[in-house]
Amino acid sequence: MATTATPSRASSAAMNSPLYAGRRRRNAIAKGLAYAATAFGLGWLVLILGVLLYHGIGGLSLSVFTENTPPPGAAGGLLNAIVGSVIMTMLAVAIGTPIGILAGTYLAEYGRHDKLSSVVRFINDILLSAPSIVIGLFVYEIMVAPMGHFSGWAGAVALAVIVIPVVVRTTEDMLSLVPDTLREAAASIGLPRAHMIVRIAYRAAQAGIVTGILLAIARISGETAPLLFTALNNQFFSMNMGAPMPSLPVVIFQFALSPYAEWQKLAWTGALLITVTVLGLSILARSLTSARKS
Amino acid sequence: MASGERDVSEVALKGASAPLAVSSSRAAVLKRLRLTDAIFHGLTRGASLAVLALLSGVIIALIIGAAPALGTFGFGFLFDESWNPVTERFGALAPIFGTLVTSFIAMLIAVPVGLMVAFFLTELCPKMLRRPIGIAIELLAGIPSIIYGIWGLFVFAPFLQQHVQPLFIDTFQNVPVLSILFAGPPYGIGMFTAGLILAIMVLPFVTSISRDVFDAVPPVLKEAAYGVGCTTWEVFRYVVLPFTRVGVIGGFMLGLGRALGETMAVTFVIGNAHHVSASLFAPGTTISASIANEFTEAVGDLYTSSLIALGLILFFITFIVLAIARYMLLRLQRQGK
Repeated sequence: MATTATPSRASSAAMNSPLYAGRRRRNAIAKGLAYAATAFGLGWLVLILGVLLYHGIGGLSLSVFTENTPPPGAAGGLLNAIVGSVIMTMLAVAIGTPIGILAGTYLAEYGRHDKLSSVVRFINDILLSAPSIVIGLFVYEIMVAPMGHFSGWAGAVALAVIVIPVVVRTTEDMLSLVPDTLREAAASIGLPRAHMIVRIAYRAAQAGIVTGILLAIARISGETAPLLFTALNNQFFSMNMGAPMPSLPVVIFQFALSPYAEWQKLAWTGALLITVTVLGLSILARSLTSARKS
Repeated sequence: MASGERDVSEVALKGASAPLAVSSSRAAVLKRLRLTDAIFHGLTRGASLAVLALLSGVIIALIIGAAPALGTFGFGFLFDESWNPVTERFGALAPIFGTLVTSFIAMLIAVPVGLMVAFFLTELCPKMLRRPIGIAIELLAGIPSIIYGIWGLFVFAPFLQQHVQPLFIDTFQNVPVLSILFAGPPYGIGMFTAGLILAIMVLPFVTSISRDVFDAVPPVLKEAAYGVGCTTWEVFRYVVLPFTRVGVIGGFMLGLGRALGETMAVTFVIGNAHHVSASLFAPGTTISASIANEFTEAVGDLYTSSLIALGLILFFITFIVLAIARYMLLRLQRQGK
């Protein structure tokens, strides 16, 4: 936004009265506090990343990616957890993205002003910030309890429930940035709406929609709470979606709270991996589109 | 639609080199187009209905899951401190208390700091630094909560235990109310630590929304204030803040919603003790931490059901907070137009 220059302090006599001095002092204090607050906020980021690097980088070796999680007291890696996380994340994206994009399309294209849209928009915002542990409980109730056991499927569905609102939101935002003149041009050559959306609106909003998907992946790759009682955990390498499946965040949770030094070390390494992935994804998403999300 | 337009649409779809189809195939094409359009319309509508169904599903599933516990304990569930798996007597008071106290501590710190950071970003920061600093603050929001948890457990809690908490306990020993709030022993983990970590997690939310609404203040208003000789702080305090009040409160509510529902970071450092304690240094529990800690180990239907009932209460609280937040942000948007 346009910056407004502070008026130059004219050296008139009136400016030196106690009233002005007081105002200037207050201004200086407020500015000082603002600088301090910013330093405080940035300080935490530096501190957390620093600690993470300090503890995590020592354990980083090839074996982390080639060996499975060890029993207590032994050396090992995080292979099964990484594979489990990747599989469930991909499945969650595969389930959540189409629903999210379609719903976002409805909000931005077909039902821009109708009543259903405003309700869905509101509900979607609620889902977007709903506590993720509640999502875990929900999936436990609808999948784990009826099936009688924890499974990778349940974990993927729980993550998908988190993906959907993120994708809905960004898809709608990005589609509404597409100028209406493009839509009108398509309509004027007789293109039906569906074709206009798929061939023109989607193409124009492509980068933004991809950003939304990346943000959703970033969001779920660190999610622990919804996996705790859906996918549970697994000490062993498993590609069986019907069985409990290990994931990086849950392994970190379990290992960090354990009394074994080797496990704690692996937890730090895992934490470093997740953070690098998540921050990398969100920076990538940001660089794809310069438009700020609201 | 005039027939000329149809020709064009067909040509546009088949590529300009395609010969004009005879009228029977043109009708077929049109029928196909109408059909695909209708299908697509239906699909998108179905997907948005699915979003609705999702939320209703969450509510219904939680209510069904919570029914046994609520049926057994009734309204007393909300006010009962006991949590005893052996005698199967459960009450939500301690988790609710812990959730509210930790979130309150978090907001107490995050709101003023977040506002000042937003003030810095919109009014004081050199243009070049504005984007990088804004992104850095938002990265704080992107760090997964489990990272805050592991950091809190291994680094932050020991630090508080050794340096900060003894200091507080000694300093406030003889001050009436504060001596109760900051009573020892310094465990390191507890509600105080959880509140501080939540504050760090909520800070970026408050900052980024405040910054967005501050940016939306028409420059003319600020320029007019500067024109009559206001200082930067006075412009912020008496022009920007009142103008954006509704949106800023909406931002607080969003942050509060996050603090209330935050699970992993809190689970690591809260101590998981079902007690209502006046001292902030005492271990406690929150709704989400209780569920995360105990759900997989809960034996017996009543135990599981009580935990789901906790989840229902949490969902209910956050739903209200978030609804207020959305309403306020929406009002600001309308006001801006």
